[in-house]
Amino acid sequence: MHPAASVIIFTTLSGIGLGMLAWLGIDPTPPTGWAAFWNFLLAFALTVGGLISSTFHLGHPERALKAFTQWRTSWLSREGVCSVAALSVMGLYAAGLVFFAKPIAPLGYIGAGLSLLTVYTTSMIYAQLATIPRWNTPLTSVLYLSLAIAGGALLAGRTGAAMALLLVAAGAQLIWWMKGDTAFADRGSDLGTATGLGDRGEVRSLAHPHTSPNYLMREFVYVVARKHVQKLRIIAMLLMVALPLLILVALPANLFVIALAAASHLAGVATSRWLFFAEAEHTVGIYYGMR
Amino acid sequence: MTDLPTTTDKKLGLVIDLDTCVGCHACVISCKGWNTENYGAPLSDQRPYGEEPMGTFLNRVHSYEVKAEGQAAQTVHFPKSCLHCENAPCVTVCPTGASYKRKEDGIVLVNEQSCIGCGLCAWACPYGARELDQEEGVMKKCTLCVDRIYNENLPEEDRQPACVRTCPAGARHFGDFADPESNVSILTAERGGMDLMPELDTAPVNKYLPPRLKDSFDDESILAPFLDPVAEETQGFMGWLDKQLSRLPGDTKTQSEDV
Repeated sequence: MHPAASVIIFTTLSGIGLGMLAWLGIDPTPPTGWAAFWNFLLAFALTVGGLISSTFHLGHPERALKAFTQWRTSWLSREGVCSVAALSVMGLYAAGLVFFAKPIAPLGYIGAGLSLLTVYTTSMIYAQLATIPRWNTPLTSVLYLSLAIAGGALLAGRTGAAMALLLVAAGAQLIWWMKGDTAFADRGSDLGTATGLGDRGEVRSLAHPHTSPNYLMREFVYVVARKHVQKLRIIAMLLMVALPLLILVALPANLFVIALAAASHLAGVATSRWLFFAEAEHTVGIYYGMR
Repeated sequence: MTDLPTTTDKKLGLVIDLDTCVGCHACVISCKGWNTENYGAPLSDQRPYGEEPMGTFLNRVHSYEVKAEGQAAQTVHFPKSCLHCENAPCVTVCPTGASYKRKEDGIVLVNEQSCIGCGLCAWACPYGARELDQEEGVMKKCTLCVDRIYNENLPEEDRQPACVRTCPAGARHFGDFADPESNVSILTAERGGMDLMPELDTAPVNKYLPPRLKDSFDDESILAPFLDPVAEETQGFMGWLDKQLSRLPGDTKTQSEDV
């Protein structure tokens, strides 16, 4: 799959932003006044920034409101509905804390639930696609949720929880990579099933329909990052988990240290998301004798 | 709503005969020609005369080679367009309701006024039947020439998809699969029409007829007996002429004498 920058930025930023909102929502002693303002500003900026970025790859962003209509069938539509609900509820909760120093606990819990539900709907946009076996697993949701919760804990200053959750996320990431590497072959789709000619012998592509790459090949057959997969996986893991852990363990927890750990974590998640798209093989590639 | 209809009254679709397709790409051209100036946004081209030209096509013809152990390789031309699946995964993923499957005839269409160009339906389609037009930013796909098949302004013989109408090899057939007596249902039953990637449970309406098995090198040719010389000896006037000419010197030596 073509790793569109807008989608990588979107899933990375709004994932961690929604994770942070969830932690703020369940905080028994939430910040109030200016402290609350800065905390919520950061979480909202990440989430909303990500959501806005996601509209950049649309052919017609001016019609984006229509995407709220099909929540009964479409995970993308559900994501839109959930994200607005989460932001609205958390907005009210934040207003209570910032202006009245009054935590309205039920709102916080509902908002936290909606925030995580939004991350889940995002993951399901990818996990629902049978055409991309690497994504088509519940593990994709586990990966997205664990990263959002771990990153959110880090940003919310819950360093103890963050350290444990980073390890959980690392485990989810490793298992997802391992399962993903054999997912396409396990599904059993090849040129034989794609053309229906497999029982007659070996099928190979002789000629593409056109002499130069088309939309389908640009969108679905992406090879550049795959060349360096193992190196990129190690870089992602180091930035996403190892370095933040080292920083949190070695240095005293203050705002600067947490920001440093979070920046490293974000860069790691972005690298992992780049691989998430670039490594994904779509069944269309079969028709072109490629992956 | 982008719910799929549980059943459709008709199941309009195509039968594509891989045995007779000659790979001429006429269906590709007639499809682009008709659909660029009729239903919806035109099918744009990018850099048509420059480097790496690309464009939107609703139908593309691949070419494959099938090679069985100990047999001659066979070339199969393979036209591919939307299969108008009964379990169309492209429809349910659409966030705006732009993609839909019609209850009356099963055709899968895109309402381009509602399409936001997110591309998720193209991701959900296993066959690469949907292409995002790079100029218009909306999703394009085969409409089964919905603006031809019901069009009473056209002569009756033209009320079929442009690709079917133009195919010089008669490799494409259009009809209603819900009717067991239709041409496409009979062809599918007789020739073992098959689904593409059945393991993905998309239940495609379009069917592909497999190529007929070819002769092998070891087969006894049924034409061989007819190749025997009919008359061993020349007779009549030509026989006399042959004899007289053979008497004269200067005949070219036959190969057997040469060796």
